[in-house]
Amino acid sequence: MLNYITSYLSSNTTPGQAGNVFWATVYILVVFGGISVAVMAMNWLERKALAHFQIRLGPMRVGPHGLLQPIADAIKLMTKEDIIPAEADKFVFWIAPLIILCASFAVYIVVPFGPTHAITDLNIGILFMLGVSSLSVLGVVMAGWASNSHYPLIGALRSSAQMVSYEVAMGMAVVSAVLMTSLHGLGPYGVGVGTSGTGTLSMIGIVQAQQEQHVWFLFKFFPLGFIAFGIFAIAMVAETNRAPFDLPEAESELTAGFHTEYSGLRWSLFMLGEYAAMIAVSSIAVTLWLGGWYRPFPNTLTGDTWDLVFSLFPALTFLTLAAIAFVGVRRMPKHPYFRVQTIGLAGFGAVLGLIGLILFAPPVRDRIQDIFWFVAKVAGFMYLYIWYRATFPRYRFDQLMKVGWKVLLPIGIGVLILTAILGVVL
Amino acid sequence: MQPVATTFFFYFLSGLTLLSGVFVIIRKNPVHSALALIFGLLAQAGLYLMLYAPFVAGVQIILYAGGIMVLFLFVIMLVNIERSQREEQFNKQWVVGLLAAVALGALFVVVYVKGKALFPYRIAQPIESSNTQQIGVMLYGQYMFAFEIASLLLLVAIIGAVVMAKKRI
Amino acid sequence: MTDRTITDPKPADTTTSDLKTSDSTKFLSHLELDQPDKTFLDSNELVINMGPQHPATHGVLRVILKLDGEKVLGTECVIGYLHRGVEKIAENRTYTMFNPYVDRMDYVAAVSNGLGYCEAVEKLLNIEAPPRAKYIRVILTELNRMASHQLWLGTHALDIGAMTPLFYTFRDREEILKIFEKYCGARLTTHAFRIGGCQYETYEGFERDVIKFLDFVPPKIDEYEELLTTNRIWLERTKNVGVISRADAIALGVTGPVLRASGVKWDLRKAQPYAAYSDFDFEIPIGANGDTYDRYTVRMEEMRQSLRIIRQAVERIPEGPIMAKVPKVMKPPVGEIYHSIEAPKGELGYFIVSDGSTQPYRIRVRPPSFVNLQALDVMVRGALVADVIAVIGTLDIVLGEVDR
Repeated sequence: MLNYITSYLSSNTTPGQAGNVFWATVYILVVFGGISVAVMAMNWLERKALAHFQIRLGPMRVGPHGLLQPIADAIKLMTKEDIIPAEADKFVFWIAPLIILCASFAVYIVVPFGPTHAITDLNIGILFMLGVSSLSVLGVVMAGWASNSHYPLIGALRSSAQMVSYEVAMGMAVVSAVLMTSLHGLGPYGVGVGTSGTGTLSMIGIVQAQQEQHVWFLFKFFPLGFIAFGIFAIAMVAETNRAPFDLPEAESELTAGFHTEYSGLRWSLFMLGEYAAMIAVSSIAVTLWLGGWYRPFPNTLTGDTWDLVFSLFPALTFLTLAAIAFVGVRRMPKHPYFRVQTIGLAGFGAVLGLIGLILFAPPVRDRIQDIFWFVAKVAGFMYLYIWYRATFPRYRFDQLMKVGWKVLLPIGIGVLILTAILGVVL
Repeated sequence: MQPVATTFFFYFLSGLTLLSGVFVIIRKNPVHSALALIFGLLAQAGLYLMLYAPFVAGVQIILYAGGIMVLFLFVIMLVNIERSQREEQFNKQWVVGLLAAVALGALFVVVYVKGKALFPYRIAQPIESSNTQQIGVMLYGQYMFAFEIASLLLLVAIIGAVVMAKKRI
Repeated sequence: MTDRTITDPKPADTTTSDLKTSDSTKFLSHLELDQPDKTFLDSNELVINMGPQHPATHGVLRVILKLDGEKVLGTECVIGYLHRGVEKIAENRTYTMFNPYVDRMDYVAAVSNGLGYCEAVEKLLNIEAPPRAKYIRVILTELNRMASHQLWLGTHALDIGAMTPLFYTFRDREEILKIFEKYCGARLTTHAFRIGGCQYETYEGFERDVIKFLDFVPPKIDEYEELLTTNRIWLERTKNVGVISRADAIALGVTGPVLRASGVKWDLRKAQPYAAYSDFDFEIPIGANGDTYDRYTVRMEEMRQSLRIIRQAVERIPEGPIMAKVPKVMKPPVGEIYHSIEAPKGELGYFIVSDGSTQPYRIRVRPPSFVNLQALDVMVRGALVADVIAVIGTLDIVLGEVDR
């Protein structure tokens, strides 16, 4: 029994590939918990960042600087009255948020946080991710229909039409990236080497192909990789129904979206699924184009010193966050009402600082590298999502569909053809 | 990599498929039937995985469950189906149906009995990791012509749908 | 805790209107609505209601839309939800007593309302406000125009989906409201002017505050433009949306930036100058196409021109009295007068009939938003539903003015 547990630690594969059910379960729980925490953090960050874009402060009262606001929101949503519209199909009404939730969470079994830090490594990894995330369209359609009301149905149909359209563009961009995995040549234009015919669909394989070719696929066959990345970046925003493609769920439009009739916990499941889907498609983008878990410049800035410098980044990040927390503590009003918040913020800063100090220790430092860089890149994408929401107006629905079919898809096909030609010729 | 609990998963997945198939037929509400069909298709994808064909499983999920069923649901929801829900779902030709079902069952039994010798006790274990490559090579090599004709057919269907549905806006 | 199901009528067939009153189609029958070409896949025609309560109708405006799928075939506006009987009240108040009521009509740009009314009564009484009062009036009215356009920009951008300009414009509008508050004590419904001039002398530091504002604001306007003017999504949402031709605009009686965006160079400040506008040097921006984007650029340019006027006014403000000799009991001679000014939203006119007593016989207000709202129908024929909201925003209506 103990052998079963410890035998995995010495193997060099993911738990799924090693067939180790215990460790697979552990990884699943860790990832599940991590994503839930990430969703809550994302909720907080969205409100704060959006507020700061709009010259206001955002939540400041619930916990120091609103840090406990997501918890308050969660409690509020859980204790809200559960209203089901009359003559709504109860079974479908119940199952629609579950489908979206399961589809959004099931993709995380192939997301690679490191060379062996994934729950499993399916050899159809990227195909699986695209497929399962497209199952959330079903949930959207069913949510709109089950509400038994005219406007959610229209909103759901629009939403699902939008998601399906942008899946096609996403697929084209993904295929371009997968094509690049089969190449030999090093650097952005690996000249004269041709293909090896051993391209892979597995997520870990794609990241390792980027490492072997010494270039992020973002810069491969420049500008083709960049354009493919751009197509994916736009399509993924539309896929998750976020601004500027959020007409189906905008408040100032006539159709108020597929989740109108959902209240309380059911609505929070939608929100959870939406944020989880955002993180999932960002992980796809990071894996396919941004080099996954590799630190920046793994091949140009090589050597032990550079490795050391980059390995200090996690610790420095946490220490910077701790410093910001302490600056916040200093700027707290010196009033008895704020005592609890000040202590809370100081405690939070202390915890962050402690984590930063722990991350300085060499054994931890080496192991945390992959996960840190992957999460940092995904966090960058999350910030981009919030930035888009603050800046851009909304696309009208027909313009949205026009962009998806008439702009992104032809460019995607063009990039695919050019990548294929360059891959064979170069 | 050794597969885990093959027998359990086989019975579970095929049971799920059969159950879903039954639910597709017996539910009055078309959306429930579509939902049951989705579960059946996902279970079938699992069965493909057990047959060491991960690419087919992935494509099944993407296209069938994520694409075709969405279109089914669109049509079901856009068409006014309340009246049909209240109607009796019985067909007057149940004798012919019964005969057809018995004939099909007999066909299965005959095939199994006669062809049992063809299947060894354990199924073959093709190399799972090259499933995508093998399909790609065959599809674009040996079966290229059929592939192109199928895609042309789909193109014709798309154009036809657009022509029929397009109004002069 | 049991589940409580809310009874809701089933939207089984969508051909019938889902309004509680069944006479909506009667309203629309006088419009020649296009009969769409019917195919066997035709969607149902729909009459839907953008209710009085709606996040995007800028007040309590009810718009009944007849849709064909997503395309708008015709609209009907139902107004009156904010009718307060202001004109009837005027018949029972003296001229001075009615002055505060006037602010409440276009509550966003209250100073202009006061200016129009005071000037109309002054014309009736045949008196003229002293030059210093006129300059103060111009400064405050132009600041008020700036504030109104800023509010318009924020809410219009919010309707189209850009959340951030709202906060920026409101933040900058605060400075104007602070000046108003320091001057007359109120931010919104200012009651700044009196018949015959201004009651309050400019406070200590008024010129300094105004000049500080004039230096502070142009980079902010550039900031708004940076966010929106060349943004592709903004362009797609506003170009060729809600087009009204020059002839239609003149025929419908549309005034203000809406008219100027359609290419008609008509601004009452230049055409029929009032209150010292003839002393100042400014331009009237006009547009070419009459679409939403043109109205946006016209108003942005108007903001800059307002700053120009204020700067000239503040530099040259003359000394002198601020109130003309006005009789204590105002009994204007029998007669009637119509006087209009260029409010931020268009031509704001006051038609006052006096019967010689202290109370007016009739005051009729010509609100610009009321007349501009007629253009909504012409502008959104054939457009999509999402454009209706953009067009309502671009008309810059205030329901207090529409309903009075």
